[in-house]
Amino acid sequence: MQGGVVVGVSFAYLGILFAIAYYGEKRAEQGRSLTNNPYIYTLSIAVYCTSWTFYGSVGRAAKTGLDFLPIYLGPTLVFVVWSMVLIKIIRICKVHRITSIADFISSRYGKNFALGSLVTIIAVIGTTPYISLQLKSIATSFNLLIGFQNPELPIYGNPFGIDTTLVVAIALALFAILFGTRHIESSEHHEGLVAAIAFESLVKLFAFLAVGFFVTFGVFSGFGDLFYQAQAHGLTQLYVVSADNDYGQWITMTLLSMAAILFLPRQFYMSAVENRDETHLRTAAWLFPLYLLVINVFVLPIAISGKLAFAGTANDADMFVLTVPIHYGQSELALFAYIGGLSAATSMVIVASIALSTMVCNNLVMPLLLRWKLVNLSESGDLSSLLLTIRRVSIPIILLLGYGYFRIASESYSLVTIGLVSFTAAAQFAPAIIGGLFWRGGSSTGALTGLSLGFLVWLYTLLLPSFAQSGWLPLNFISDGLFGIAWLKPYALFGLEGFDNLSHALFWSMFANIGGYVVVSLRGELSPIERIQGRHFVDVYDDTLGQNDSRSWQGSVTIASLQELVGRFVGPERAQNGFLAYAARQNFTLKGDEIADSNLLANAESMLSGAIGSATARVIIGSMIKGENVSMNEVYQLLDETTQVIEYSRMLEVKSAELEETSLKLQQANKRLKEFDSLKDDFLSTISRELRTPLTSIRAFGEILLEGQNTSDKERQQFLGIITKESERLTRLIDQILDLAKMEAGRMDWSMSNVDPTSTIEEALAAVDGLIKEHNIKLILDLDKSLPAVRADHDQLVQVVINVVSNAIKFCNHPGGIIRVSSRPGDNGLLVEISDNGSGILPEHRDFIFEKFHQSRRGSNQMPIGTGLGLAICRQIISFFEGNIWADNGEDGGAVISFEVPFAR
Amino acid sequence: MTYSVLVAEDEPNIVLSLQFLMKQAGFSVRVAEDGDRAIREIEQQLPDAVLLDIMLPKRDGFSVCEAIKGNPAWSSIKVIILTAKSREIDKQRALGLGADAYITKPFSTRDLVARVSELLQPNEQ
Repeated sequence: MQGGVVVGVSFAYLGILFAIAYYGEKRAEQGRSLTNNPYIYTLSIAVYCTSWTFYGSVGRAAKTGLDFLPIYLGPTLVFVVWSMVLIKIIRICKVHRITSIADFISSRYGKNFALGSLVTIIAVIGTTPYISLQLKSIATSFNLLIGFQNPELPIYGNPFGIDTTLVVAIALALFAILFGTRHIESSEHHEGLVAAIAFESLVKLFAFLAVGFFVTFGVFSGFGDLFYQAQAHGLTQLYVVSADNDYGQWITMTLLSMAAILFLPRQFYMSAVENRDETHLRTAAWLFPLYLLVINVFVLPIAISGKLAFAGTANDADMFVLTVPIHYGQSELALFAYIGGLSAATSMVIVASIALSTMVCNNLVMPLLLRWKLVNLSESGDLSSLLLTIRRVSIPIILLLGYGYFRIASESYSLVTIGLVSFTAAAQFAPAIIGGLFWRGGSSTGALTGLSLGFLVWLYTLLLPSFAQSGWLPLNFISDGLFGIAWLKPYALFGLEGFDNLSHALFWSMFANIGGYVVVSLRGELSPIERIQGRHFVDVYDDTLGQNDSRSWQGSVTIASLQELVGRFVGPERAQNGFLAYAARQNFTLKGDEIADSNLLANAESMLSGAIGSATARVIIGSMIKGENVSMNEVYQLLDETTQVIEYSRMLEVKSAELEETSLKLQQANKRLKEFDSLKDDFLSTISRELRTPLTSIRAFGEILLEGQNTSDKERQQFLGIITKESERLTRLIDQILDLAKMEAGRMDWSMSNVDPTSTIEEALAAVDGLIKEHNIKLILDLDKSLPAVRADHDQLVQVVINVVSNAIKFCNHPGGIIRVSSRPGDNGLLVEISDNGSGILPEHRDFIFEKFHQSRRGSNQMPIGTGLGLAICRQIISFFEGNIWADNGEDGGAVISFEVPFAR
Repeated sequence: MTYSVLVAEDEPNIVLSLQFLMKQAGFSVRVAEDGDRAIREIEQQLPDAVLLDIMLPKRDGFSVCEAIKGNPAWSSIKVIILTAKSREIDKQRALGLGADAYITKPFSTRDLVARVSELLQPNEQ
């Protein structure tokens, strides 16, 4: 076929595309959108099927049989099963006006510049092999077609006197520039482009089907005949699933293609950014898998027919779609097939280069220009021409990169392998995006770390080896590892062998990527903006976030006032940066005295929301806009008050917490007071009773004696004795009550000194000596005379011994009482034990005998009646000396009262 | 006839004074030092009156009073509470249980004897 014809048809085809795009844009301007329907949307997503599909699938099928299928299995799975991920991405893109995958990731992680740049760089480098693949296929098919008579013509046919591939690259660059960068779109939708891409999807489908029909029904007489012939020539291994084939790679390829349909920059651009209506996805969910199925139906037949037609020759299976019609003399069909391949390749190159150039411009170059102050936003006027220039320059650079890779590497690789290298690069975006969609804890440093690590592993395990295999790097880099270190072999990193190259690269890059992302995210703190964006992305369906409806703001506030307003809350610097970044993203210039448009107001509101909550932010923006008669000063006053109110309410919150605590304490105190009160009541009524008892006897006998009637002298003597004893008892009682009250209230005057235990005990025993002798009690002393001094009040310690010994006198046997007093060093100082030979203490009394007014009635009638306070006073005294007093029963069953007092230091 | 009085009291000197006073008034006197013994004394032989302390060991005066007044065979026994508990609430409780008199310690000997006599011999006044 004449080269001129082919060139002419090619440019005519591109012309038609251009016309369609132009028509699409006109329709959009008239408000009669061509692309706002689910079928066009589905066809535009079919940009997934590139020349790799068109030519490469057949090539792959001819070599390894059904291995081409996983590439279409992944997308089918995503659309059928996992479309909720895509829907969420689409929603977020709409709400946040996302323009690219770099924009998406950087916006998700706090509008992080570094992250956007990194994603852009990865996308450009990762897409380069893919673009080179398209260039290769166009050039090869072109050369094959003009070398009609001789399919074995060298690929670098030279019809123009220069490399065909370079010509193709230049032509496509020009076309992409014309297509995508004529003017800056006011919205993120490019209707003309979408219409043209959808048209291309139809062309490549029909072209492929045409070749398929010809092969199946023209060359062979239907599928039955075809597969019969294949069987006859021993080609069954191409389509019979058997254990001989290596299907381990299937999982890898399915995973890769799942990531690719979502995260290849051009796929993201087409399916998320250019989406007009979320409901279109419902149609795409079945139609797109169907498209993939249909375009794959004839892959095997064409592969088989090619194998049969070119049996024995070294014909490139990647070109069977073209060479089979040529072989059978079908020049028109061959031309149609060429156009189909061209449409597949151009659609990919155009969309990819436009998407990438937007990213390069918005996420890499513009932020740098702004950062380096090469562009002064407040002064320079229309920036759109600068933006267009950046994009126009970046498109040829991207295509030339693709050409460069083609020259370096694509010689030694098949189409499919090159495509998979690109897929693996796109898969690096998966953790940051999917994590960012469902996990609020992901941080920008985490995403940066994960992406960087994953990308580096990708470079090392896939891209560099492809250079090495082409001879651009020494081959022993692959066989021996970097610097000859075996652990650094790019296909067997850290000694991991047994995987195919692709699975190996995917494993290590994902390991590094996910690991870096999760670990760094978990270790770091989220900044406020990261937290806000995380919430906006993860909870994008949460209507209370109020992103959408805020667009309706209409007002007459100048940008400068708006910025000042935002600055009052988020700080002037952050307000400035936020407004500049917003302006850069939206491609307009900030002019302070201009009226802020609704988008800027919405942006200001979302910035304010981060500082004071969305409800308040809304109220403030609303009052600013609606209150025309409210002067700015009043608004500011309101704002200052608001700030104060916020501060005040924060203080109130603290105060209220304190109050709650205080109130709780008060309640407890009150409860204790009530308990004290009832204890005091009990105490007073007990004292009253204890005082009344001796008084009763005194009064009764007093009155009896006063009456003087019928009393003998003996009785009179007895009664007088009782009156005396009861009076003494009353005195003792009053003294002890006063002592105890003083001790309990802490008002006792103690004179603490170093007291010698032995002399103190002896002194106390001397005081009760009369009583002991009176009752014929045997006193046994067992005193350690070498004991050191104790810290005590001497008189009170004497009192303790007297009280305890008096107690023992009362309860020892009568007659034949024995009391033993011993002293020795104990665990905590001086230990004194006073035991008697009485009947001991009842177990139920043991815990109470040191309580006030606990009285055992078993005392002898001969004894002075106790007050019930003696032991209680002992406990008070001993505890003041920081000692212990306790009661027990001895081995002989008698009571033992023991106390300890610490030695003086 | 001679009325019999049971003194239920644990404080020895008060028992002594009550014994003296009741004998002098012409009554026969028995003594119980705790609540259980008081009940046993009553079971053995019904007294005409009981001088009953409240803070008795083993079984308190309230319970003894309740046992007496709750038993139809015993309810004719006059119960004179003799206690150091001076609170109105205790007095109301005792009267609620059917006590015939409530006298707080220390008491006037003349009033006590008059009160017991009045309860035992209402018509002889």
